[in-house]
Amino acid sequence: MGNDAVFRVDGLRKSFGHIEVLGGVSLELHAGEVTVLMGANGAGKSTLVKIISGVYDHGGGSMSLVGQDFAPKTPAEAICAGVVTVHQNINDGVVADLDVATNLTLDRLSGSGVPTLFNPGRVRREAKAVADRMGLAIDLKARISDLSLADRQMVAIARAMAHRPKVLILDEPTSSLSSAEADRLFALLDRLRQQGVAILYISHRMSDIRRLADRIISMRDGVISGIFDRKPLDYEGAVNAMLGRKIQLERIVARNSAKSIFIADGLRIAEGARPISLTLGDGEVVAITGLVGVGKTALAETLFGLRQPLSGTMVLNGKPYAPASTGEAIAAGVFLVAKDRGENGIVGDFNIQENISLPFHRRMSRLGVLKRRIERAIARQQIQELGIVCRSEKDEMSSLSGGNQQKVMVARWISQTARLFILDEPFQGVDISARRDIAAKLRASASGRATLLFVTELDEALETADRILVMSEQTIVGEHRNTDVDLERLLAEVAGGPLHSAA
Amino acid sequence: MILRDRAIRYGFIVLLFGLIAYFAIAADGFVSPQSAVFIFQSVAITGVLALGVTATLVVGGFDLSIGSVATSAMMAAAYVMVVLEQNAVVAVVACLVIGAVVGLINGWLIVYMRVPDLLATLGMMFLLVGLQRIPTEGRSIATGMTMPDGSVANGSFGAAFLALGRHRFDFFIPNLIPVSVVVLLVLAVLIWFFLEYTRFGRMMYAVGSNERAAELAGAPVKAYKIWAYVISGVFASIGGILLAARLGRGDIASGNNLLLDAVAAALIGYAVLGAAKPNAFGTAVGAVFVGVLLQGLTMMNAPYYTQDFVKGVVLVVALVFTFALSGRGRR
Repeated sequence: MGNDAVFRVDGLRKSFGHIEVLGGVSLELHAGEVTVLMGANGAGKSTLVKIISGVYDHGGGSMSLVGQDFAPKTPAEAICAGVVTVHQNINDGVVADLDVATNLTLDRLSGSGVPTLFNPGRVRREAKAVADRMGLAIDLKARISDLSLADRQMVAIARAMAHRPKVLILDEPTSSLSSAEADRLFALLDRLRQQGVAILYISHRMSDIRRLADRIISMRDGVISGIFDRKPLDYEGAVNAMLGRKIQLERIVARNSAKSIFIADGLRIAEGARPISLTLGDGEVVAITGLVGVGKTALAETLFGLRQPLSGTMVLNGKPYAPASTGEAIAAGVFLVAKDRGENGIVGDFNIQENISLPFHRRMSRLGVLKRRIERAIARQQIQELGIVCRSEKDEMSSLSGGNQQKVMVARWISQTARLFILDEPFQGVDISARRDIAAKLRASASGRATLLFVTELDEALETADRILVMSEQTIVGEHRNTDVDLERLLAEVAGGPLHSAA
Repeated sequence: MILRDRAIRYGFIVLLFGLIAYFAIAADGFVSPQSAVFIFQSVAITGVLALGVTATLVVGGFDLSIGSVATSAMMAAAYVMVVLEQNAVVAVVACLVIGAVVGLINGWLIVYMRVPDLLATLGMMFLLVGLQRIPTEGRSIATGMTMPDGSVANGSFGAAFLALGRHRFDFFIPNLIPVSVVVLLVLAVLIWFFLEYTRFGRMMYAVGSNERAAELAGAPVKAYKIWAYVISGVFASIGGILLAARLGRGDIASGNNLLLDAVAAALIGYAVLGAAKPNAFGTAVGAVFVGVLLQGLTMMNAPYYTQDFVKGVVLVVALVFTFALSGRGRR
């Protein structure tokens, strides 16, 4: 192999500011092969895809397509050269208000040599040719907005394929598809593979990867951390290369808990998922780990009253717990530090103090009037305890670093007594020292409540939790006490191996 | 940098005082209690409306129906007293109910029917402009008018109601301050306190800045939004009551400028003290600013038709202050 590579990337580099996102990435794609690219959030997958598809310039290195130099300056150039990308957000690829035929020929509506007048008959003829070649059985007159997500995606891919590309890149194409819908996509991809297209497939879903992959490339921190092309493919090895331990961290002393605070029984969070049962004890820090899209956030939202479980019961402090809203969850003592702080946490117009007090106005006011002295005192105390680096509690959130912003988000909730404290990806976009500070604070303050973390990175679980649970396919598939963890078994569970072969 | 911060923070206030100083020198009789009261009186109704729309701006919405709510309330007050021959209390209550109901409907359209705020309230504006003309088949309402069925309306505006528009309180000088100015000041202080110092006001700002974060902090976001429109509707109907009391009749042609003037005052308020966000104090200052400018120009014999142009210039300058200089608009 090596010589028959259709597409080759060599030593690709990219930095934003002085943060290096890609540190010399080299990979090859072969005709008629599906290469799966795996990597955690922030590993640099999206950046790589954007460079290949002409959205970003590259900072160094080279790319070649069928032996020729390839350096697209715009997405259109990349498509013309034969490298087509289907992006993650399906609706970015189609125009919802137009019909299928127009969508299939959308990219022929502009550019030089295109007739000025829109000819519906010609569009339909061309669209039919495109659809037939792809075996697409969708009514060409249907409006995109009336189609299912899977059909929309088929349309986007079919249009992409109309250019007869040599390389097709799919960025998490199944993240919003049901498994039946995904099967149709896979059938289409099989067809393309037979036609000799080189496919780069980015996904976190192990079931997709097992179904499709001819080769797996793992990425981590901007470099390729493993290439797996010997059959049978080493799935656990790939997950290990993407998530496994980087450095030997200082061990934490895992604690046991005598008294249970929260019990979930037979909780089902998705159609067709196996029920989840878990018990969380007083003073315990439990981490739930698993790949992106296995239902971690859905479970967190279920516990916090943002969504309702399909079935099952929850018990908090010995009493039934079934929150219908976030307000009810908070009143019961269940707090959530949501992931993506920029979107779900930070109130941009508020300063640090006002951001910290946000959920607990009622407790800080009398007759509806906020007592600012108390608000300020709590903010100052939290700034000190968590070591938030700022000039004063009146600073704007935008003046803080990512780690300090995240500390404010933690401070918001930790300032009051929780019974169940949930943190969803609390270390996302957080530097190592802030991460240590937050983890230490969580462990130090853990008694009197159950603490539940949702993390993708194994290291984060290993350095904070007493107990580690593994999620896969919307349910919990494994449990480990954080003393001499059997990493091999844990990684196998993350990769969904035993469960999948049993199913 | 510090100079720039100062300019953003105090620029508009300095401009206001500069303007007052200029008119004091250039226009005879500008500096007098009567002149000051006149300025307040001229902006009282738009000021009340502007305070209401500020509440919707705070939650990240907008209310284009305030002008028509005010004129509808005015017509309703006239109808209740002149045609139905009820007393002032009934008229006032009817107006407030109209304001609250319109606010509820606006909120419901926006929150539950997911109609974008501008469109929902634009639709409501048209609806009300038409609705207020239906009972009298497009005629203005005054005592002795002939109704569509040929009968004569014999009711009249009660003295108590007219007092809302014509009574003046003694304040050092006898008969100085009109009721409308007192209403404006009281409502301004109320809404300012509510937005700045109560937990409800704080949460409304949170909803306006990051709705998702507010929801995840346990706030009933939908309820807050609907309440904002109810506040806006009620304030607008109070403006309508003052308008009816001032005119003493239900004039179909009045109140055309209310919406734009009120919105301008609220948006000018963004620039006051560098707030860069809707705020009650700024709105009040914005309303007074426009009032000072118009009064001064009038006393200097500027023609009436330049007024809208001047208001527009002030608004554009204020918006530049807010968005370009403070740099907050980027977020």
